[in-house]
Amino acid sequence: MADNTPTLWHEFQKGLWQDIPPFRLVLGTCPTLAVTNSVINGVAMGLATLFVLLCSNLIVSALRKYVAPQVRIALYVVIIALFVTLADMFLAAMFPPISKALGPYVPLIVVNCIILGRAEGFAQKNPVAPSFMDALGIGIGFTLSLAVMGAIREILGFGSIVNIKLLGDWFEPWIVMILPAGAFLVFGGLVALVNYISHRKTAAGTNP
Amino acid sequence: MNTFTKMFLNLTVVGVVSGVILAVAFNGFDPLIRINKEKELKESIFVVLPEAKDYKVLEKTIGKDKLTIYEGIDAAGQPVGIAFKADGGGFQGNVGIMVGLNLDYLKLKGIKVLDQLETPGLGNRISEPAFEDQFKNIEITPKVEYIKNRKPEKPNQIQAITGATISSDAVVKNINNAVARVLKIFPKQEMLKLGEGTSPASAESKEPKK
Repeated sequence: MADNTPTLWHEFQKGLWQDIPPFRLVLGTCPTLAVTNSVINGVAMGLATLFVLLCSNLIVSALRKYVAPQVRIALYVVIIALFVTLADMFLAAMFPPISKALGPYVPLIVVNCIILGRAEGFAQKNPVAPSFMDALGIGIGFTLSLAVMGAIREILGFGSIVNIKLLGDWFEPWIVMILPAGAFLVFGGLVALVNYISHRKTAAGTNP
Repeated sequence: MNTFTKMFLNLTVVGVVSGVILAVAFNGFDPLIRINKEKELKESIFVVLPEAKDYKVLEKTIGKDKLTIYEGIDAAGQPVGIAFKADGGGFQGNVGIMVGLNLDYLKLKGIKVLDQLETPGLGNRISEPAFEDQFKNIEITPKVEYIKNRKPEKPNQIQAITGATISSDAVVKNINNAVARVLKIFPKQEMLKLGEGTSPASAESKEPKK
């Protein structure tokens, strides 16, 4: 167990920066662009994805010895679709306004490449515990990314954050920020920023 | 176990287990989802028919045209007006509106925008009370109209939102279309029979033009 812990921690933390899904892997960009016009929408989408990712990684990893490789993708899609449908029904039953705001993007988690990517790229080759940590890290990284996107767009586009008015009446909202164009602008800016910081980190690491 | 059997078993087991889990979950969630939808509908009916305390669902099919309307009833059990949904295209997607109509079929009692995907900051202002409230007591004959940049002059006019004429137009158009359908499928005489006691004599003299 002692030599296992650092590995598990590594699987967890890589999703938070090194492999943060939208900005470093450039995966899952569709929801990143589509539902981040407010913090609440972004976080709800991130948590729904986190739930699906955790469950599907667990099941895929647990079943990895029994799966015939020829049909694995079909199986993964059925497993993912199961949890997506559960998440969708849960949101519609418990949080109808959020479910309405996210619209068709919750069912579309089925085709979110982060989830299939982790099932195919990680869970099918690794035991349950690292797969769980991997899903947790990537899922939290994704949720944080959407929250940051949502915060920037909500502040600039509505002058508020989590529906609390932040900027006074002098502030003229940048309507473009809550439109699709704003999503691309913020996304591009954040990818550039994340790349810039990691380049500087690497440069500092190689030339001490 | 050969490959074929393995593939077959894989897909069957995962498919059946997923199906069973979903069926169980659906049974659990479905009543809640229905309650939410009903609550949303109920709230919007009570917004457009403020005096209503309850409502009756009336359904009628003429040919292929199926229409559902909601008759609002006040605390004394008297009908206070009818509400119905008006759907139609807006600037970016469907604009769904709950419309409240007076029982005399002359004036709107109010509207509430339920679904819309209009441009934030411009078109989506159709769902703000400032715009919705304009439709209170607007006459539906010959039809509801909008004018731009000026205060409405006639009793059947509202003022369009500046910069969002297409969205304002969509609201007005959807209301007119829905009102026309309701007038056709639920003619006034029939509604008056349902609501005996709402001074039919005075209402009779003001037959709306079709």
